[in-house]
Amino acid sequence: MEIRRRADTFVDEICAIPGGEGVRLCIQCGTCTASCPHADKMEHTPSQLIAMVRAGMREEVLSSNAMWYCLSCYLCTVRCPRGIKQTDLMHALECLSVREGLSHGRTLTPAMYRSFNDFVYSLGSLPEFGFMTWFTLLTNPLRAFRMLPVAWKLFRHGRLSIRARRLTPEGTNQLRAILDKAESLGGVP
Amino acid sequence: MKYYTYFPGCSSSEGGAKAYGWSTRAVSKVLDIELVDLDDWNCCGSTPYSSVEELASFCLSARNLALAEKRGLDLVTPCSSCYVILNKTNSHLKQYPHLKAQVDEALAAGGLKYNGTVRVRHLLDVLVNDIGYEAIAAKVKRHLDGLKVAPYYGCQVVRPRFGFDHPEFPNSLDKLLVSLGGEAVPFPLKTRCCGGSLIIPEEALALDLIGKILNSALSNGAECLITVCPLCQTNLDAYQSRVNQRFKTRFNLPVLFFTQLMGFAFGLSEEDLGLKTSIVPVERVLAKYL
Amino acid sequence: MEPRIGVYICHCGSNIAGIVDCEKVVEFAQGLESVVVARDYKYMCSDPGQNLIKDDIKNLKLNRVVVASCSPRMHEPTFRRACQDAGLNQYLFEMANIREHCSWVHEDRDMATEKAKALVSAAVRRVYLHEPLETKEVPVNPNVLVVGGGIAGIQAALEFADSGHQVYLVEKEPSIGGHMAMFDKTFPTLDCAACILTPKMTTVGQHPFIQLMTYSEVEEVSGYVGNFKVKIKQKARYINMDKCTGCGRCQELCPTSVLSEFDCGLGKRKAIYIPFPYAVPNKAVVDPENCRHLKGLAEGKDVCRLCQKGIEKKGVPGCEAEAIDFEQKDVVVEVEVGNIIVATGFQQFDPSVIYQYGYGRYDNVLTGLQFERMSNASGPTGGEVLLADGRKPESIAILHCVGSRDENYHKYCSRVCCMYSLKYSHLLREKVPEAAVYQLYIDMRCAGSGYEEFYERLQKEGVNFVRGRAGEITNLAEAPEEEGKLIVICEDTLVRRKRRIPVDMVILSCALEPRADADQVARTFSLSRKADGFFLERHPKLDPVATMTDGIFIVGCCQSPKDIPDTVAQASAAAARALAMVSKGKVEIEAAIAVVDEEHCAGCKICIDLCPYKAISFDEEKKVSRINEVLCKGCGVCVAACPSGAITGRHFTADQIMAEIEGVLV
Repeated sequence: MEIRRRADTFVDEICAIPGGEGVRLCIQCGTCTASCPHADKMEHTPSQLIAMVRAGMREEVLSSNAMWYCLSCYLCTVRCPRGIKQTDLMHALECLSVREGLSHGRTLTPAMYRSFNDFVYSLGSLPEFGFMTWFTLLTNPLRAFRMLPVAWKLFRHGRLSIRARRLTPEGTNQLRAILDKAESLGGVP
Repeated sequence: MKYYTYFPGCSSSEGGAKAYGWSTRAVSKVLDIELVDLDDWNCCGSTPYSSVEELASFCLSARNLALAEKRGLDLVTPCSSCYVILNKTNSHLKQYPHLKAQVDEALAAGGLKYNGTVRVRHLLDVLVNDIGYEAIAAKVKRHLDGLKVAPYYGCQVVRPRFGFDHPEFPNSLDKLLVSLGGEAVPFPLKTRCCGGSLIIPEEALALDLIGKILNSALSNGAECLITVCPLCQTNLDAYQSRVNQRFKTRFNLPVLFFTQLMGFAFGLSEEDLGLKTSIVPVERVLAKYL
Repeated sequence: MEPRIGVYICHCGSNIAGIVDCEKVVEFAQGLESVVVARDYKYMCSDPGQNLIKDDIKNLKLNRVVVASCSPRMHEPTFRRACQDAGLNQYLFEMANIREHCSWVHEDRDMATEKAKALVSAAVRRVYLHEPLETKEVPVNPNVLVVGGGIAGIQAALEFADSGHQVYLVEKEPSIGGHMAMFDKTFPTLDCAACILTPKMTTVGQHPFIQLMTYSEVEEVSGYVGNFKVKIKQKARYINMDKCTGCGRCQELCPTSVLSEFDCGLGKRKAIYIPFPYAVPNKAVVDPENCRHLKGLAEGKDVCRLCQKGIEKKGVPGCEAEAIDFEQKDVVVEVEVGNIIVATGFQQFDPSVIYQYGYGRYDNVLTGLQFERMSNASGPTGGEVLLADGRKPESIAILHCVGSRDENYHKYCSRVCCMYSLKYSHLLREKVPEAAVYQLYIDMRCAGSGYEEFYERLQKEGVNFVRGRAGEITNLAEAPEEEGKLIVICEDTLVRRKRRIPVDMVILSCALEPRADADQVARTFSLSRKADGFFLERHPKLDPVATMTDGIFIVGCCQSPKDIPDTVAQASAAAARALAMVSKGKVEIEAAIAVVDEEHCAGCKICIDLCPYKAISFDEEKKVSRINEVLCKGCGVCVAACPSGAITGRHFTADQIMAEIEGVLV
């Protein structure tokens, strides 16, 4: 017998995202927070985010800075006694947050991710130098001065290629066609 | 001769960790591994893509997997991030039919189809399990006797669980070190995160994590570290001076790619292994074995 | 005689009637061949419901009955008895399950009703072909076997033996007492475990109707309810039990020390030892794996024997009772019993697999049982709470749910850990009053009598309760106050903050899990295991001590984790069940069994090895297979396997089954 569920709450929305279905299973034990290297830097602890999702606090969750500090180290995921894929959940919240335009202004991480993605979309590969330069200029040109010594050392040791790896024209078009289609399908889900 | 489809990832091919790519190729030659290049592969998207556009992230991987599927070999990658993203794509496509339908549709727009048959392996897994410690030990020409090394796994080679080694207390890299003649020091932080790509937008936080890892290695007597991930190596190596600046420490620990140390033990040349690309110089530690 | 079938459709309140249109099914049933009457009623299993059947049998001369209601596992015995009471052979009855198989699993009313009709039709066609069968009665042996000498086994043995019937109590260890003998105090009354247990242990040891076989294991069980034959191996103790006085001289003389299992590795014992001061029987036992003499014998040497010889030079004699006998061999005895009560208990989860908790890596991380031994006055530290280096701890953390409630290890909750964690907090507050005690929990499960009040008491006693499961335990200090300590990292979920709590000692409240030999025990006693590994009871709600094998009961933690009061209750319950059977003196054996048509049996013997109940034997003279009517459970494997089709399953003949299938399909 199928259990009928309402599909219009925030919890249901999260449950529908791959990896998000664990949200209903949480027993609020706090192991994820205890394992998270950045838990004390987050506005809300990882387990608190889940509690907020279940309380339907959509706006607060999506505008939290918490998930942007996630390192994707997966320590929470392997230790969770309920088998919840907490890291995947954080990713899902990040995606939703960006889509709703709520990604936090106080951390640079969303902007960094988006720069990264723009490069990958256009070239099919990530040119480290180009990306670093662009991101630094985009967010805070003054930071470039602090980054210079590191960049210089990398360059001196032959680790900074100015030229970028590119896909062939066919490959680039193929990739773009796939990614455009993905966007038109609206992301997950 | 063992054959694998080779997926280097952006860093290890032409990025900052190109020495990882060079040493991987060099070591594979010695061990009779044929790394078959995957033509026109695209970036896996790493953490940024999966955090912002999840469906696109799976599609990026699916394209690579679809291309690799044509050859029918296991796919091997030296980069932990590529390893996790590609494996996650495989398991998510199996577990979530709705997602699979969307990815299939996107792939079709590019004229591709993926049937879910490619096995994704990390280079470390292939070397210790397919080649084996004994075969590796047999190729050693420069025994690294007495070299105290901290084997740094980082997080994504062992987490989430894809069946290769223990998620918090792995020992494959430790045992590999022993087969090269070296000594793996006890290293409690060996699977803790180095900060990953967050070094860019949140440098201070990442430097704190890097500092802890270096400190743990040093206080357990390590002379150098080896890593299995290009981003870990860059963070621990290129940012070591920034750690010293910020925390008034004096770390001077060379950080090698594990394939560089393997190649060195096999008697390969400095150029082949890209040893000069290390920011913290390695000669001081390796000179005595030349 | 022409079949005259009565069909009864039960509403089961709204359980069936809520989905299935019972009136339509009645109408349909009335139109079926040979159906004389069809009725519906709200609760067929009730007295008025059963009377409907009985009255119709008498008045309408029914000779077949079909009841369409719940699962036969619920009420087949009820309705069979009703038929029998009204004078109709109970095997001329059939049930159609339109609840568990229909109304409870479908939502569409029309389709469910059609399915109910099909099920009723199948039952009607089948019952048409039923034959009257007679059950057999077999006598019940009045003895009982109790396997396991922990509190569960002890209680069951005492209850049973007090009735004047013989109990064989088999215990694997050299003494009875089980895990309870290791405990310090018990919650919530803080009774000393040994104080309340030893009187029972002593009574067992002296009871005229209990034959205590310690250091023994059950090797083989054969037979059937009321008539089991059990082979028990009594392992060689190398001690003559009649002569040993339990004086303990031998263990003083023995030069070999090994880690004590009873003290959970915190203390030592000798290779010849008395298990613990209040052991029953209070006699020595030799450990053949560590005894120098016995090991020497294997290499043809005669060494040591200090326990026997003493130390001449110092004038210290050896065993003056001359009770040590290195020639002793294992002995196998066979006993006959009518019932078996399995009380094999649990084992503690080994937390060394949870790498991040540091058990086995750091000193001063203990399991619950280790702390019990430390706290126990007769334990390795004389009851003092001490760190590995001999100091008193200044702070202790107790971690709940280690290995329990965890997808990675055991999904279930071990039920007693919240309570024993509270107990440990109390013991610590008493023994090291200056120390800070932290209890890290996810929930507080205090459901028994006096349990919640115990929790309140501990709150008053000043225990620091932190609601958060420990993520890891580390010794890497990040602040001066953490130097030299074990740091417990958790989230205090009530204030939503990550906390690092430096402590000197950590106690892990580990899960109770099935014993490592549970598979073997299950096979020996024909027990099934649940998904969580514990033994399967006949019904989780209504029959928790019986198993699917008649005459074999499971009690205590081998069935599921539980506290002492529940264990004792179950033990008494099983003893009562066994006694009820003994008191009746005979037991009814199900008649729906297999029978061999000896004319058609080709003597191929395929059926013999296939039988899971070892019910088939071969008659060498006539060269045919013969099925023991009492052992056979009617599973049908031999029926299906026989290449000559010589075996019939009574009450499950091919015709009957085909008729049932036709009824569903047509």
